[in-house]
Amino acid sequence: MTIIQFILVGSALFALGIYGVITRRNAVLVLASVELMLAGVNVNLVAFNVYLQDPILSGQIFVLFIIGLAAAEVAIGIAIILMIFRNRQSADVADLNLMKG
Amino acid sequence: MFPLDYHALLPEIILATTVLVMLVVDLTTRKKHFVALTAMVGLFAAFVPVLTLAFCDTLEFCAAAGVDRVLFGGSYVVDGYALVFKGLFIFAAFIALLLSIGYLETDRFYEGEYYFLLIVSALGAVVMASSRDFITMIVALELVSGPAFLLAGWRKGDPRSNEAALKFFITGVIALALLLFGVSLLYGLTGTMQFDQMALASVAVAELPLFTLGVIFVLLGFGFKVSAVPFHFWTPDTYEGAPKPVTAWIAVGSKAAGFVGLLTVAYLAFPGVTEVWGPVMWVVAVLSMTIGNIVAIKQTNVIRLLGYSSIAQAGFMLAPFGAAAASGADSLGQVFSATVTYLIIFVVMNLGAFAVVITIGSRVGSYELEDWAGLLRYAPGLATVLAVFFMSLAGIPPLAGWFAKFAVFQATIGVGNWWGYSIAIVAALNAVIAFVYYSKVLKPAFFDPVPKGADLEMLDAGEIPAPIGFALGLTVFGVIVLGVFPGVAANLGQYSAQVVAAIGG
Repeated sequence: MTIIQFILVGSALFALGIYGVITRRNAVLVLASVELMLAGVNVNLVAFNVYLQDPILSGQIFVLFIIGLAAAEVAIGIAIILMIFRNRQSADVADLNLMKG
Repeated sequence: MFPLDYHALLPEIILATTVLVMLVVDLTTRKKHFVALTAMVGLFAAFVPVLTLAFCDTLEFCAAAGVDRVLFGGSYVVDGYALVFKGLFIFAAFIALLLSIGYLETDRFYEGEYYFLLIVSALGAVVMASSRDFITMIVALELVSGPAFLLAGWRKGDPRSNEAALKFFITGVIALALLLFGVSLLYGLTGTMQFDQMALASVAVAELPLFTLGVIFVLLGFGFKVSAVPFHFWTPDTYEGAPKPVTAWIAVGSKAAGFVGLLTVAYLAFPGVTEVWGPVMWVVAVLSMTIGNIVAIKQTNVIRLLGYSSIAQAGFMLAPFGAAAASGADSLGQVFSATVTYLIIFVVMNLGAFAVVITIGSRVGSYELEDWAGLLRYAPGLATVLAVFFMSLAGIPPLAGWFAKFAVFQATIGVGNWWGYSIAIVAALNAVIAFVYYSKVLKPAFFDPVPKGADLEMLDAGEIPAPIGFALGLTVFGVIVLGVFPGVAANLGQYSAQVVAAIGG
């Protein structure tokens, strides 16, 4: 096994996440795609950690932090999406056009 | 194990205790202004150790420890640079709190939780200033933005506020994911998360395309927080839709936190490879200044105008980064201190601008420029304060804004190569464009008649609530002092730049 295979998996997950973020219109699915991106990052970090034989395991510890952050982020995101769904019965990102960026 | 330096961590400990006490106070009383009072006391208490740490070498009880303290094996550093920004963030949170107290009474809000989230966000910014590895920095970054996402949607029934929160949130998490991917690549190439070790290891891998990719991902991720151009789309919408005191915090506190992250990563983690990140920042700075300013001219809503102005100012603060592209280690301190100087003035000036815009907006009941016509007739005091802040933003000399721009010009020209000269020229052109739209705000307020059908009695009757009046007084004072004695901001800039000089030398 070489490091390349792991990084390929990580990068593929990340790229799939970006694809989902761009194409999905439902806010919940956008959120799920972001989770996919973070999963790709986690695979990368663990693979690099093992490859580098990092004595203080900073890569793996970072993964634990990212899992925690991702959970917090989902909680915030679902709260915001629920609030929007109550007000307009839709969680479609394309409907967010009250203000033009 | 590491013996813990409690004095160095005291600002964070006090803020963390404050947020917990606030939750308890919120639970036990129906009078929510007690929660705000607790927050205020906490911010004051947290400011005291920042001062004692900054003047440590002159104080008897801690002269032995000195100002620079390294904690947790170099992951967390309390030094002059960190302390300047800790003080600045506590000040920004204090002003945002003052603005919130008057504002929250105008509508049905959850008050206790609001103050709680605001102070948590401020705590994140304070941690951010000290973080010297990617793990601490990302956690701090999320601690700043997470509460800000929620606060942006605090007007639950208002679809605009909902939209502001969702746009802010989605852009934010995508930027975070990009940033983390960049971090994973950099970790793989340099083998460490700590900035001081990364500074050494990065020179050897600077040639690799993967390294460039990692650096670009990280910088773009921070670009979201500072609303620089590829990630600026959320800025005007979120500013317009969010509750206005939250806008002030997002535009100033959380943006300054993003800049601290950017400064730390660029100058402390990658000081030896400026040729990798410099050109990227040059492009981002030029685009931010130009797009921000040009779109701002067309705006009719004052908050949106401030949003685009904030994008343009991000460009100004990034200009010294761009000038660093080809400068040697000796001039890094100079460009670093220019950004810090601009940031200090930016915080005071923009908080003041938001304070006065919120006050006038709630008096008039609208943030559209045409509704502000004839402001001078019925509120001469507010009109004058408005003029002070917008002239400061435009960079007219007795007020602080001019020195911020001057510091940027001085640093970019000072590096003495074409990266610097070219971005100074772009910045100069943009300073002229900016003048156009800042004066566009003042024109109706000062020279147009009061619109027909306006309820003059209501306009005359409005009183400025005491907390907002205090915030206005404080920021006006700050803007004038920093403009008349620009040495204050410049010295703080130089003081914090010592951290770069220590590495470059």
